[in-house]
Parts: sequence; structure tokens; C-alpha cells
Amino acid sequence: MAVVTFMSHDGEQHEAPLEEGSSLMQVATNNAIPGIDADCGGEAACGTCHVIVDRAWADKVGRSGPEEEEMLSMNPERQPTSRLSCQVKVCKSWDGLTVQLPEFQM
Amino acid sequence: MSSGRAVVVGASHAGVQLVTSLRREGWSGEIVLVGDESALPYQRPPLSKAYLAGKCSLKELAIRSEDFYVKQDVERVTASVQEIDRPAGELVLGTGDRLSYDALALCTGAHPRRLRAEGADLDGVHYLRQSSGVERIREDAIPGRNAVIVGGGYIGLETAASLRSLGLHVTVLEAADRVLERVTAPEVSAFFTRIHQEEGVDVRTNASVEALVGDTRVREVVLASGESVQADFVIVGIGIEPTTELAEAAGLVVDDGILIDAHARTSDPDIVAAGDCTSQDIPRYGRRIRLESVPSAVEQAKVAAATICGNDKEVAALPWFWSDQYDLKLQIAGLNTAYDDIVMSGDPTRDRDFTCYYLRKGEPIAADCVNRPRDFMTTKRMLTQGTAADMAALTAEVAV
Repeated sequence: MAVVTFMSHDGEQHEAPLEEGSSLMQVATNNAIPGIDADCGGEAACGTCHVIVDRAWADKVGRSGPEEEEMLSMNPERQPTSRLSCQVKVCKSWDGLTVQLPEFQM
Repeated sequence: MSSGRAVVVGASHAGVQLVTSLRREGWSGEIVLVGDESALPYQRPPLSKAYLAGKCSLKELAIRSEDFYVKQDVERVTASVQEIDRPAGELVLGTGDRLSYDALALCTGAHPRRLRAEGADLDGVHYLRQSSGVERIREDAIPGRNAVIVGGGYIGLETAASLRSLGLHVTVLEAADRVLERVTAPEVSAFFTRIHQEEGVDVRTNASVEALVGDTRVREVVLASGESVQADFVIVGIGIEPTTELAEAAGLVVDDGILIDAHARTSDPDIVAAGDCTSQDIPRYGRRIRLESVPSAVEQAKVAAATICGNDKEVAALPWFWSDQYDLKLQIAGLNTAYDDIVMSGDPTRDRDFTCYYLRKGEPIAADCVNRPRDFMTTKRMLTQGTAADMAALTAEVAV
């Protein structure tokens, strides 16, 4: 089973199975991963599903789009590989993917 | 307390967040989620948008997967609740069964305000709150037909946009002298009227409905002015009312919503409530407010779960809202209650992106941001963190 690891800001790790076609946000919420609030349910409206993709995976996962970029641009915890996880459709071939969670979801 | 049986009544955004947060806050006992719709709890905001436009299935709108409830050991029960028997600590279900609880949360939501006019019960008159209502609208939404929408609020306007995308003729009837009258500045109302007119919607203001006419099925809508509008079907979007009958009958204090405190406790401290069914004194605005929004439901549910588990949390988040119509994403940070001035960034009479900042005594209190996610995030952060320096900076930025 392909899995993704969510790492909290203080190093706690949570694994979840990658379900093809789901968004990374859905993977997180369906597996009760702490630290992903996803208040708007995946419409890129709230910015509370911010994740920082491991650099080694950044190209495979893809970079943020223009709207996402605007939502993330004012975030103090923003990193070059930051994404809104609701905008990331996952693939089973991403087994071993690691993303970090910010300390605060804004 | 963190064991025994926690029962959550109402299986929508607030209820689902509540069961999620109960586990996170350490509830180790049983959790039962009671809802009166049999489908897996689904997201409601897309009902008037992507779901109505036929762009997604109900399954894709599930707030959590079926598997989630299994893994989190949450039992889902499909039933209505007839009564809360507080002395016995039991619910009486529509099936006649009784369900005992050690902790109880009410997330009973809201229901559409009914149109009070002659003919309002004719066939072809629809309301939009549940997936079943949208499915009935979709059966009627055949390209080329005439849809009449009663109410120029967010639901009415989102519905108008979705029906235009399906190729219907759409008329919006608003009783007030402008659309979104209750929630935005006149300049923002004028913007949405312009956009909908450009998209081919017939927007009529000062248009009160006198009667719906037809034999068994609605055929036309007659206005107080005497005019009439041809209608193959009608959608009523004139607001929602909190669903509080259960709480009232149980003797809980209800004031335009089940009254809750900052810890989401009702007037019975052993019963919490969250979501559209509640009203709450919000210190930020100095008054009692019933918020109709998913973010508020989620926030209150997180707090309610903490309260049940004996952990100390308070409702503190800034209210915010969003609405999608055509290519427009409207994001609203804060409530513009009692604003005395606005500052506009961009030109809403011409552009499709702008921000309208609302000020009270010179301080920003809210912003309507259309296709301006950056302005939204900036304002939300400033209003949330709320340091004097931040506010001064935002005010200065706005004033430029």
C-alpha cells in the first residue's frame, strides 16, 4: 500500500494511505491527520490545508498555481515548496511522499 | 469526562467536525452521529454551485470517507430525533427507539425560510438546502427553460450563475432595492447586479412576490407591482431559519438560535451546540449573532468537542465567508456590522476584481474581496492577530 507521511512542526509523524484521485487534503482529513483544518472543504478559499512538500518530491507533486500562490503569499511559514493540499491530486506512485505541516494554519 | 457515550445530533459540517474533534480531544468512549439523511454527510456549499451545475457527484462531496467513520469508531445512525429527555439522559428517535447519552451535542442546522405567498405549494417550487432538493431542481433545469429565483442573496445569485451555465433563462426577484442588501455595501451590490446582467440574468429589485400561479404546477410569478414573470419552475432562496424545535421543547434557551456561550455550552451546561442552529454573544462585535457559515460551524464544533472532553477552548476565530459565481471568487473576512465608511481598491463598476474594505471609526473591520485572494488573506490575518500596529498598517495601506 502506497503511503504518505505527514510530519508535524514538532516532528510527530502520521502515515496515511494514498488513494488515487483524492486530494492530499482529503487523504489527511479522511485519516484524521492533526494539523490540517481544511475549513472550506477543498475550494482553495481558506488556506487552512497548507503543507510543505519535501524538496525531493517537489517536482513530482508539482508547484502551486496562481490562485494558490496568492493564498500562500502572505503566509509567514511559507516555503518554496508550499502547497495547499486541497489542490494536490495524489497518485499511488507517490509511495514514500513526505510533507511537513506548518505550526499554524491561517 | 472522556468516556461513556457521546451523541451528536445532526450530521452535516458541524456534526462531522464535532465527532472528528471528540477523538482528537481524547474521547475514548462511544460516539454516535445521528442524522436524518441517509447519504454519507456531504458538503453543502457546492450544492448551489458545482453540484447543481452537474460538475460533481454527491459521493465526491463527502466531508469524510466511509472509511473514516470506521477507523475513528463513529457509529452513524440515520433517524430523526423527536425529543430530548433530559432527566433520563435519553433521546427519543423517530423510529421510537431510545438512545441514552452521557454527553450530548446539538448540530441541528437550519432550514430554508418558506415563501409566504398564494400558490407557494404548487409543484415546481423548489428550495435549496439538501441534496434531494438540488436533484429535483436538476430534473427541471432543462436548457432553454425559464427559471425564476426568489431572493437575491448568496444562494439566489449562486443558483442563478449555475443555471446560466446550464443554458436556462434566469430571472432573479429581490424584494429589497438591491441584491445582497443585508450583507454588503451598495457598491458591491451594484457590482454583482452588473455581472449577472452581463451574464444574461434578468435581475429585478423592489420585486415582491404576490402569488405563484398555475394549475398544479407553477406557470407564472405575479409581483406586487402587478407585473408577471413566466416560470417553468421557481427556486426560493430567501434565507434560512435555525432548526431549534428540539432544543426549545427540551427547555433550552433559544434566541434566534440555540444560545451558546464561548465554550459552546447551551443554557444546560451538560449540552453543547454548534453550527447554523446557534446564536452567540460575540465580544468582537458586542452583540448576539447567528452566523450562517461553514467556517463558523467548524470552529464552534471544535470548541464544543473540547468542552465535552473537559478541555478549555473558546470560540475566537474571525467570521469569514465565501461565494463562487461564474469566474468570481468572493471571499469575505470579518463582519461589516455598523461600518461607517468604505475604501475601495479597484473599480467594481468596470473590473472583475476588487476589494471593498469596511471601516468603523477609521479602523478596518471587514473586507469583501472579489478575485483578490491576497487581500483576503492579508485582511483575515490582520483582523485575527489584531495588534494595534497591524491595524494601523492595514488602515494606512487601505487609505493610499
